[in-house]
Amino acid sequence: MPIVKILSEFFGNEQARDLQWRLKHGGYEAARKAFREMQPDEVTQEVIKANLRGLGGAGFPTGRKWTFVPKDSDKPTYLAVNCDEAEPGTFKDRYIVEWDPHRLIEGIIICSYAVAIHTAYVYIRGEYVRPYERLQKAIDEAYEAGILGKNVLGNNFQLDVFTHRGAGAYICGEETGLLESLEGKKGWPRLKPPFPALVGAFGCPTVINNVETLSHLPKIIEKGGQWFADLGVERSGGTRLFALSGCVNKPGVYELPAGTPFRELIYEHGGGILDGKELKAIIPGGTSAAVLSADQVDLPMDFDTLAKVKSMAGSGAVIIMDEDVCMVKALHNIQNFFAHESCGQCTPCREGTSWVYRILSRIVEGKGSPSDVETLRGLNQNMSGTSICALCEGASMALGSFLEKFGDEFDYYAKYGRSYVEDARKGAVAV
Amino acid sequence: MPTLTIDGQEITVEAGIPVIEAAKRLGIYIPRYCYHPGLSLAGSCRMCLVEIENMPVLQISCYTRVQDEMKVVTDSEKVRVARRAMLEFLLSEHPLDCPVCDQSGECDLQNFYMEYGRYDSRFAENKVKKKKAFPIGPHVMLDQERCILCTRCVRFTEEVSKSNELGVLNRGSHSVIDLYDDKTLDNPYSGNVIDICPVGALTEREFRFQCRVWYLDTQESICNGCSRGCNISLHYNATARTYKAGGKRVMRVKPRYNPEVNQWWICDDGRFGYEFIDQNRIEFPYIRTDSDLEMSTWEEALQKASGAISGALETVGPEGVGIIVSPQLSNEDLLIVKRLFVEELGISNLALKNPWQKPGYEDDFLIKADRNPNTQGAEKIGFKGDAKAILEKAAEGKIKVLYIFWHGFEDDEAAELLGKADFVIFHGVNWNGSAEAADVVLPGVTHAEKDGTFTSFEGRIQRFNQALLPIEEARNDIEILLDLAGKLGYAIEISGEQAFEEWQGLTHEALGEHGTATTSEAPTEA
Repeated sequence: MPIVKILSEFFGNEQARDLQWRLKHGGYEAARKAFREMQPDEVTQEVIKANLRGLGGAGFPTGRKWTFVPKDSDKPTYLAVNCDEAEPGTFKDRYIVEWDPHRLIEGIIICSYAVAIHTAYVYIRGEYVRPYERLQKAIDEAYEAGILGKNVLGNNFQLDVFTHRGAGAYICGEETGLLESLEGKKGWPRLKPPFPALVGAFGCPTVINNVETLSHLPKIIEKGGQWFADLGVERSGGTRLFALSGCVNKPGVYELPAGTPFRELIYEHGGGILDGKELKAIIPGGTSAAVLSADQVDLPMDFDTLAKVKSMAGSGAVIIMDEDVCMVKALHNIQNFFAHESCGQCTPCREGTSWVYRILSRIVEGKGSPSDVETLRGLNQNMSGTSICALCEGASMALGSFLEKFGDEFDYYAKYGRSYVEDARKGAVAV
Repeated sequence: MPTLTIDGQEITVEAGIPVIEAAKRLGIYIPRYCYHPGLSLAGSCRMCLVEIENMPVLQISCYTRVQDEMKVVTDSEKVRVARRAMLEFLLSEHPLDCPVCDQSGECDLQNFYMEYGRYDSRFAENKVKKKKAFPIGPHVMLDQERCILCTRCVRFTEEVSKSNELGVLNRGSHSVIDLYDDKTLDNPYSGNVIDICPVGALTEREFRFQCRVWYLDTQESICNGCSRGCNISLHYNATARTYKAGGKRVMRVKPRYNPEVNQWWICDDGRFGYEFIDQNRIEFPYIRTDSDLEMSTWEEALQKASGAISGALETVGPEGVGIIVSPQLSNEDLLIVKRLFVEELGISNLALKNPWQKPGYEDDFLIKADRNPNTQGAEKIGFKGDAKAILEKAAEGKIKVLYIFWHGFEDDEAAELLGKADFVIFHGVNWNGSAEAADVVLPGVTHAEKDGTFTSFEGRIQRFNQALLPIEEARNDIEILLDLAGKLGYAIEISGEQAFEEWQGLTHEALGEHGTATTSEAPTEA
């Protein structure tokens, strides 16, 4: 069966971000169809049927999320589009926004119609300058063409879309951190419940969806939820964009059905491991996901399977490590990120991520001691299940999985002050 | 109303309260840093984690609302391990400078460490350097290294003082509490951040290095700074007027919770306005010989005062004596004054207020323009009117003896009138214009040195208790008045509390923890 391209249909096509060209190639037809033929609830039902999951990383069923928005609220409902793509290894949303921004805008329209939303905010990461420029241009074009604004596509339906640029904080991709930042505050995640569907932006009910999630909507409406669901696996429909990076020959964004095995992504699409080396480890869904060992390469890449092996499909960012990667240094790099990006609000994350990073720094500098590894294990336990948001949980998942699967490398580095992998390459492993 | 079980004990509470408060009602104190009942919830310190049945992970008890049939365990091994973990995290960057920290002895890092910590430190890294010990306002010092970022102070300035001086700057382990640009922590309620800071990050500049807290005794009192009647605790060093503290006995004032009056807070004027208790005090009786005031015995001073009063009563009658009471006196003091001078001696030249005293500023929170604690009580007992008419009569010679409580008549006009008076008895605590001009000076005591009650502007009668012995030769005001009565030939045998009971039909005890509203009797004419 040929692989269906939904999101990546126009990737690489310089004309696709032009509204006029896009209109001639199916642009906004699905949105017109929704307005013309479907009641808002029917749109939601179609999305539920499609088994569309939140592709920002959490994998929450999208249609169900919409149903949590109260129907009888006297407040406006907002849509917050999460384009703060910052999970290390993730670079898929930018492809959508750079190459096919009108697909996202159409998705925004469909979601807004389904949930009766008249204001949408696209929270776009500050470093994404080109994506921002292209998206803003597309929004401006859509307004001019009457696709957005007072009468969306000529219907009696108003929708305004605003872009809001972040200032460079990973935590603002956490949905409630995003809302705080959107409101002009420090991006500190909120305590939950209440969830944003009840109390979100500016105290009003809010739907928060990832760029990729929303961009799937036009095709779901065009072809039907069942068609989409059938593309994927049970409880996770459609395709998704896998951002493949690391030690592979052809890194990049690949659109594959949910549930495709890692092996297919790496060897068929990614051209195999760089320089023909051995696969050592896979980070399956951004650095917050627990690392997998090479023998797990045949696992299917879907939310439920990876949750069962105590990792996660996350944002679809697949990072490949070959036999020459020192796992101590790799984790050091990862924990540097979490320590740097911890917002500082709650105790275990603020203190834990930074402590872990400093211990790893000491080990990497050759100043570790065997008890350091034990301390890392202890800190990992203490960071797990105690924080406000998932940042600390992600740091802990990475830390715990590296120690569990590659503990010997850490013991060796802490004891001898040298990398096991580097010593092995030189044939100088201490005994 | 939901019924839940906490540590095996069942309790029924109103819906919507957090588990941490429900536990408190069972006498279970769950450790916390960021939670404060008077502030919004932060949920960030993660110290108050508890186990709740059917929940996969520990929950913070400040944010988790009670639910019917909820089963909470606050002290399981799992909980203790988590609390120890949070302490270890919080203390990892803490400078551990307890030996030079004012908070030592009343620090929740110390307290909870002794209960949940007691581990050997695993932290072998360099600590993050932050700014240490710098003033952020007239009363408060900040030490960012001691700070555990609970954000109580930030929330206080946002929600209570509404002055927004403080915020959390930077990110992760570099986060600090600091002033926003161009701000200083200079609002009328700034001192409260010192109280709510659970660690030694925010300390009181006035109290810094003055005394170790374990040398302090505590007594429940009422602020005398205005008519609000904020509940306070006096923290004092009873045994010694310490050298370092410049002879101060009262070392600091802390607010005391009263939901009806001041909640958890007091203003800075009240907090730092206690110096009159130990400074500029009239420590001995004085009598005027020739033109100078000279220290005397109580016998001499009371003899001279009673002689003057008797003389005036004989030559002019009750019209020849004027009494200016003070709204700083307690209800009990005023009841005895009324008994002696009004009921026994029949004096009707009475006044309460100093018309030259400028009213203070007032806000919509705690601070009242009337800077006296007991104007309402004095009026209900029957004293009113301002002192000007009495002073004029004294200056004209119609009043031969003027008995002035507390008021310092220092305005030019007042001082001139006072200067023309024949004979002035001053009864008060601090040296002022009236005392300097008096013929007899009787040293009374402050509210820190006696028991009594004040009636707040809204009619709430509240008790204050004696913390200190009267300074030097000063005496309890009621004792002075009763002695004076004896010298005038009236053997009055009544205590302040008895007088209060006769007046209100209530014992002091019956006023309860938070005071009670006055009986609705109309003010009686004196």
